[in-house]
Amino acid sequence: MSNVIPGLAPEVPLSLPVPVERTLPNGLRVLLTRRPGVPLAEVRLSIPAAHADLAAADLLSAALFSGTETASMTEIAQRLQGVGGALGAGADPDRIAVSGNSLATGLPELLEVLGDLLKAAEYPEGPLAVERSRIIDGLSVAEQQPDFQVNRVLDARLWDGHPYGHQQPTAAEVAAVERDAVLALHASRVHPAGARLIIVGDIDTDAAFAAVEKALGDWNGAGEPRHMEPLPELVAGPLVLVDRPGSVQSAIRVAYPAVERTHPDNAAQHLANLVFGGYFSSRLVMNLRETKGYGYSPRSRVDHSPAGSIQLAAVDVATEVTGPALAEVRAELRGMAERPPAADELDLARRYALGSVKLATATQAGVANYISVLAASGLPLAWLAEHSERIREVTPADVQRVAAERLDPDRAVTVVLGDGAEVREPLAAFGEIEAA
Amino acid sequence: MTVATIPAPAFAIERFKLANGLRVVLAPDPGAPVVGVAVVYDVGMRSEPEGRTGFAHLFEHMMFQGSHNVGKAEHMRHVQSAGGTFNGSTHIDYTDYFNLLPSNGLELALFLEADRMRGPAITEENLANQVSVVKEEIRVNVLNRPYGGFPWIKLPPVMFDTFANSHDGYGSFVDLDAATVDDAKSFFNAYYPASNAVLSVAGDFDLAQARELVERHFGSVEARPAPVHPSFNEPDLSAERRVSYTDERATLPAVAVAWRVPDPVTELDDFLPYVVLGELLTDGDASRLVERLIHTDQTATAVAAHTTFMAEPFASRGPTVMLIQAFLPPGNAVDTVLGTVQEELARIAEGVDEAELDRVKARVAAQLLRGDDSVMGRSRRFATAEIFHGDASMSARFPALLGEVTAEAVAQAAAALTPNRRAVLEVIPGGAQ
Repeated sequence: MSNVIPGLAPEVPLSLPVPVERTLPNGLRVLLTRRPGVPLAEVRLSIPAAHADLAAADLLSAALFSGTETASMTEIAQRLQGVGGALGAGADPDRIAVSGNSLATGLPELLEVLGDLLKAAEYPEGPLAVERSRIIDGLSVAEQQPDFQVNRVLDARLWDGHPYGHQQPTAAEVAAVERDAVLALHASRVHPAGARLIIVGDIDTDAAFAAVEKALGDWNGAGEPRHMEPLPELVAGPLVLVDRPGSVQSAIRVAYPAVERTHPDNAAQHLANLVFGGYFSSRLVMNLRETKGYGYSPRSRVDHSPAGSIQLAAVDVATEVTGPALAEVRAELRGMAERPPAADELDLARRYALGSVKLATATQAGVANYISVLAASGLPLAWLAEHSERIREVTPADVQRVAAERLDPDRAVTVVLGDGAEVREPLAAFGEIEAA
Repeated sequence: MTVATIPAPAFAIERFKLANGLRVVLAPDPGAPVVGVAVVYDVGMRSEPEGRTGFAHLFEHMMFQGSHNVGKAEHMRHVQSAGGTFNGSTHIDYTDYFNLLPSNGLELALFLEADRMRGPAITEENLANQVSVVKEEIRVNVLNRPYGGFPWIKLPPVMFDTFANSHDGYGSFVDLDAATVDDAKSFFNAYYPASNAVLSVAGDFDLAQARELVERHFGSVEARPAPVHPSFNEPDLSAERRVSYTDERATLPAVAVAWRVPDPVTELDDFLPYVVLGELLTDGDASRLVERLIHTDQTATAVAAHTTFMAEPFASRGPTVMLIQAFLPPGNAVDTVLGTVQEELARIAEGVDEAELDRVKARVAAQLLRGDDSVMGRSRRFATAEIFHGDASMSARFPALLGEVTAEAVAQAAAALTPNRRAVLEVIPGGAQ
């Protein structure tokens, strides 16, 4: 037995597939990627929907599959199921997205169904009412979930006045959406111009494109392109306390500024986030979980959205350690500039970042998701290779500089959801408190 | 399309056993430059001792606290330093540890798993730390949210009588606080010998080299006898059992109903029709219960059916269940939904259309294939197939076996789900409405 921890074999270079890109005459951008493996195909369709009414967009997404002029909801579902397929849809402030998968041999049929829905969804009154009620029922449950509750307050605090400030409609807003509003939204927004279709799987790209042309070539109509304003600057302020009586944990959320993917500081920001709280070996996890035992899943992440970027640290902790846990989060955040990572700490994060790209692009669904996420920011999949090269060049001084510029708890937005009667006093030690 | 026409990917699988009893599965496939390394121990929540609920899961946490040559948190640091990810998970009948790394990290992962197979380094301090972490995990997933533990923790005590089958596998805080370093040593000695484990490697690697590395790192792990796995069987229900409870944070009524099913291992042929039945009942808008309860009657807002408490039909032993759970619009009655479920089961018992069955099987096969696209998923499924079915290559045969399930067998399965054999758990919403 050897007790010397083995090193790594020579690094296998990152190898990314190159999507074939075509554009239909109606404006639909199509990105096709052959990735053999299992005999399946992954499909992602993104339709721009800036400034669409969010409640209407949610209802449209839920009822998109409820029937067309020629097919009932059940017939649509049977056609998909017959090719091992499924489709789902969702909406956010930027877009309406339809995604799904099927056996690769069933891709033409899945695209035909998708085409029928995009061109002729009827949103019949009965099924629409069912979906409206289901969204409202689902919201009533979500509104009891700490994460949902705290995110709603955080979004409003960060982006009040911008569409990102209100990302989850209320039950009353959903209840007020009539069929006419859904039909009008479909008529004005569900169009190929500006939309993007991504297909990844065990496919022949020429044959798959021919199937797209056949199914979606006559999808048409004029859209009303609307621009999404960039996110406003983050404005720090008093700690926001969301009272959740009886809560046995406090959900601590600290948001601070970030630069977008194309900014020169992005690679250093990526590594700074990892070192701070972006992976298990980070300072936040080692301190709050492995040393103090305050929380199961302390974490931080960088969110890149089409309108802008933000960083967010999050941890759910037992009510009685709310104050100490927030103090540690703030100390670790400040510590990134005061105690910048040495070369070995940075190299650990660097190697993790480089490997993560390989892991995340190792499945058909992973490739499809990455193409989709990057395309939303106007970037190609190959950007990952360029980013990896920039990751290799980041120095401790770079990390210290971006940390000093942005990882400052006094310039962050802090929201805590918890049992107000228990946590208000310990939180008062951090300064003024504002009730949500 | 029939299931017989769906091409199954041909993953070559080599299986062998080391002198210490460790079963090894190697499944090379150069599709992506990553490698998955999974170790599955044949012990789960059912085997934890009385007075130590939650111990199998707590012990899983302790396996990350260091071992002979690896310090606390260093397992994670080494794997992440190689660009990889890791995790562990505790189930009713097994516990798994898995790593996904760029393929140049294969030997490192093998070393780390072999090192802790020789025994974790458990101290009073790191045990107390992880008890605290596990309590926060339970607060997040059970205590501080609506429907926490519904139905996987709340239904077994309705269905079963023995401690093994009925207790809370996440654990009570009293039992977690009572756990000692000696408990951990006893648990390791009893359930973590190499002979009670399967090592599975999938992805981009050279077979001969991997075989040599496995021998090098695991060959010297001490040989110890595997535990005898007791039968956990207990009698089926002969009369309905029913329990209800109020969940203060729930807003919708909810119900879970379960029936005992044949043993997923020893009675596999009789068990498989229930797996197909679950899909027939609730997979997609064309399925029987979604169409009837949600869209036609509007007496449910969500419904799901599956076999085994954690929906892992191929990684479970008996006794286990077929389970249907539904969330209802406010003010709706659970009895109405239960009545409709029995009606729909009775309809299926009268016969199933072949075309409908073929559609369901196509979707089941696609979902299994999708899981196999992930190297990590593949390595874990090969390992559990070896543990439970004695042959990792069974993992690739499950879609075909499900494809052979006949309409008659599905009808018979539905006919067996009678009201007198069911256990029912009802959630009464106490939350703001």
